[in-house]
Amino acid sequence: MILDSKIPEGPLVEKWKNHIAHGKLVNPANKRKYEIIIVGSGLAGASAAATLGELGYNVKCFSFHDSPRRAHSIAAQGGINAAKNYQNDGDSVYRLFYDTIKGGDYRSREANVYRLAEVSENIIDQCAAQGVPFAREYGGTLSNRSFGGAQVSRTFYARGQTGQQLLLGAYSSLSRQIGLGTVEMFCNQEMLELVIVDGEAKGIITRNVNTGEVQRHSAHAVVLGTGGYGNVFNLSTYARNSNATAAWRAYRKGATFANPCYTQIHPTCIPVSGDYQSKLTLMSESLRNDGRIWAPKKVGDKRQPNEIPEDERDYYLERKYPSFGNLAPRDISSRAAKEACDEGRGVGETGLGVYLDFSDAIERLGEDTIRERYGNLFDIYKEITNESAYETPMRIYPAVHYTMGGLWVDYNLMSNLPGLFVMGEANFSDHGANRLGASALMQGLADGYFVLPYTIPHYLADVPRDPAPSIDLPEFLEAENEVKERTNKLLTNNGTQSVKSFHKRLGEIMWDHCGMSRTKEGLEKAIELIPQLRAEFWKDVRVPGEGKELNQALEQAGRVIDFMELGELMCRDALAREESCGGHFRSEHQHPDGEARRDDEKFAHVAAWEFKGESEMPERHVEPLIYEETKFTTRSYK
Amino acid sequence: MNVKLRVWRQKNNDTEGSFADYEAKDLNPNMSFLEMLDVVNEDLTNSGGDPIAFAHDCREGICGTCSCMIDGKAHGPETGVATCQTYMRSFKDGDTITVEPFKAAAFPIIKDLVSDRQAFDKIQQAGGFISVRTGAAPDANAIPIGKDVADLAMDAASCIGCGACVAACKNSSAMLFVAAKAGQLNLLPQGQPEKDSRVLNMVASMDEAGFGNCTNQYECSAACPKLISEEFISKLNRDYMVASVKTLFKAKAL
Repeated sequence: MILDSKIPEGPLVEKWKNHIAHGKLVNPANKRKYEIIIVGSGLAGASAAATLGELGYNVKCFSFHDSPRRAHSIAAQGGINAAKNYQNDGDSVYRLFYDTIKGGDYRSREANVYRLAEVSENIIDQCAAQGVPFAREYGGTLSNRSFGGAQVSRTFYARGQTGQQLLLGAYSSLSRQIGLGTVEMFCNQEMLELVIVDGEAKGIITRNVNTGEVQRHSAHAVVLGTGGYGNVFNLSTYARNSNATAAWRAYRKGATFANPCYTQIHPTCIPVSGDYQSKLTLMSESLRNDGRIWAPKKVGDKRQPNEIPEDERDYYLERKYPSFGNLAPRDISSRAAKEACDEGRGVGETGLGVYLDFSDAIERLGEDTIRERYGNLFDIYKEITNESAYETPMRIYPAVHYTMGGLWVDYNLMSNLPGLFVMGEANFSDHGANRLGASALMQGLADGYFVLPYTIPHYLADVPRDPAPSIDLPEFLEAENEVKERTNKLLTNNGTQSVKSFHKRLGEIMWDHCGMSRTKEGLEKAIELIPQLRAEFWKDVRVPGEGKELNQALEQAGRVIDFMELGELMCRDALAREESCGGHFRSEHQHPDGEARRDDEKFAHVAAWEFKGESEMPERHVEPLIYEETKFTTRSYK
Repeated sequence: MNVKLRVWRQKNNDTEGSFADYEAKDLNPNMSFLEMLDVVNEDLTNSGGDPIAFAHDCREGICGTCSCMIDGKAHGPETGVATCQTYMRSFKDGDTITVEPFKAAAFPIIKDLVSDRQAFDKIQQAGGFISVRTGAAPDANAIPIGKDVADLAMDAASCIGCGACVAACKNSSAMLFVAAKAGQLNLLPQGQPEKDSRVLNMVASMDEAGFGNCTNQYECSAACPKLISEEFISKLNRDYMVASVKTLFKAKAL
């Protein structure tokens, strides 16, 4: 299979402009003849549905939530990057582009990233016009803060709830279109299968989670904005219901899955406290603007943080990376925390934690300023740990937070399956091997507001203006049957172990062997263990309840099946990528000082996996990454 | 710690519901309330029972999915938090805890502790937006907004759409929700052109959905996980009155 990225010709700065200027269009009267299915109502899904509906297409938007506003984009805290240079600190489109390429450890496409940086400015304008209450200065202009991996202040924010406010902005636009009748919204509908007609994506099969009704939906194109797959690890900062099923079902129908091993472990999360724990909570990266990260210098130092004198503290990020200090990128900060804990210098009951200390900032700026900047985060921390971070340092530890890998897409956001488009975290395209903070919101909205609406006509213009395929075609009936059979099989399995117990065991395998650092042995072990777990699942899982009503265990069971398969693919990808880059750290490939060692000769490419059948090995395809504007350099934040 | 639970079980909106008793044993006080329900559900699953359906997702107090009445209080005993941010340390060993869904005529029960709050979406569709085409926005700094106004708009915007305000109100009124949504946009300069139609349409949609009237007792604000102020209800009333009067004198098309 040849993976053609379809990157336009011409100099980098002209590519997107030329692409728009010469792209195909669908005339306004014909737009309503095209039906588009959008799965997901997060930043990417909601913004795309609103924009395409407004343009005149017939849009059907699906969400498994009871309301589009519940999508997990809502939980993003810190902010959204944009190259506005409102701070006059030397920012530019090029600098945002360069920071993102470098932050991604030279494993993303130049053309995609440049386009992302270009449209970042429009996003802020659009959101401000929608009434998103961004933080402002007293004079009324927008305020910025700094985020990891950048030396300029380009992050726009709305307290610690930026994702919520941006999503509510997109949701308000979507609501307007629903009210106008250009978008039909299907809530409580989970996509369980993709339908392919004559080699092109033409529909989906959904299950109404409240009634169990299985439905067939057809369209001229299908767009997935279904988020990432971090819940493969069970414990993560993802919402409990975030899942990979839509993307995984597309993979099984022929869409290639790119770079599944690129997962982001966020350095500042609240540490695990017990066996019962259901999720991990992020403490926004923005805290690293004012908080200083340290661990005791002495191994096994069990004193309270306030009793440890200054000269016995190791501010390890400031020591190792003096030019970026506490704002070193996420992958690097996470590994540094793990190293400190592996050396026995971890803090808290479990020893899996380091301190994030605000005492200097409070002394310098006063408690009120810190409260103004981070009050809600301090409150969340207090709720969970019963400790006040105004008085004692926060304890933090890395946790799974984002997945850079996803379905492979070309420059037009179309997968290798014609008619199937993928946006936001669900695709692989913009963050390379490591995403910078405040870039996920930027990408989700860029794809939905400003990229897909320009690129989807390239495909649709060549699709006949006939009605969408009939849902009575054998392809639809077959896909519907697959869903019904899978559901039945789960409900009648009558084993003894709960779905949750399997998810937990999968998570442990993944965290141990495919987590912050990976080894050949560990990955091979996981590739052996996961199929065993899968076999045990099908032999012994118990899914209680019925199929014709709200059945949360049944929903979860379907998702865990897909997590198990995807987890195995992540391990295969991690095993094949014999280098360390970004979030993918292979212990065998490191410099003597412990920094990641890339292999640009052998691995400057995207690895996209093709499903070959139930018991067959998936095939690894390669899309070379060509760097015309930037040169490979060893990423240094020292 | 150990607690006894009285949990509302109801198959669907067409059947009668009733309380069922459960015991939750060996709990860690640092467990969240929902994690406690997870443990009860694991036990139920393992012993062949039917797990309790409850709404949840982000488990960090922002998505607004979780929605339990705990001992008669929306989102439980603590102020300013959602159900998922309620921890077992808020209860005493040996307590009996009563758990119900958010109930209102406009929130039909789907199952057990899960109710349907799509009426909120309908209200939003009626006017909870600023009409701006994608790509048609001026530079973000072209419209300066004073920090105090922006902050106040943000206070209103922090609403998570959970429905606690409705559940806590004896009349099942949605005034605080509508006040927060309309208030955010009506405060901002971008929201001015549609200010009047926004309040009129949103309030009409609220009434149509079957929410009750507001009698200014502000249980809503006390139960709100984001502590949204009842002052926004006053603002909504003012905006509504002005809009109503203005429609009387609106110039008619010739």
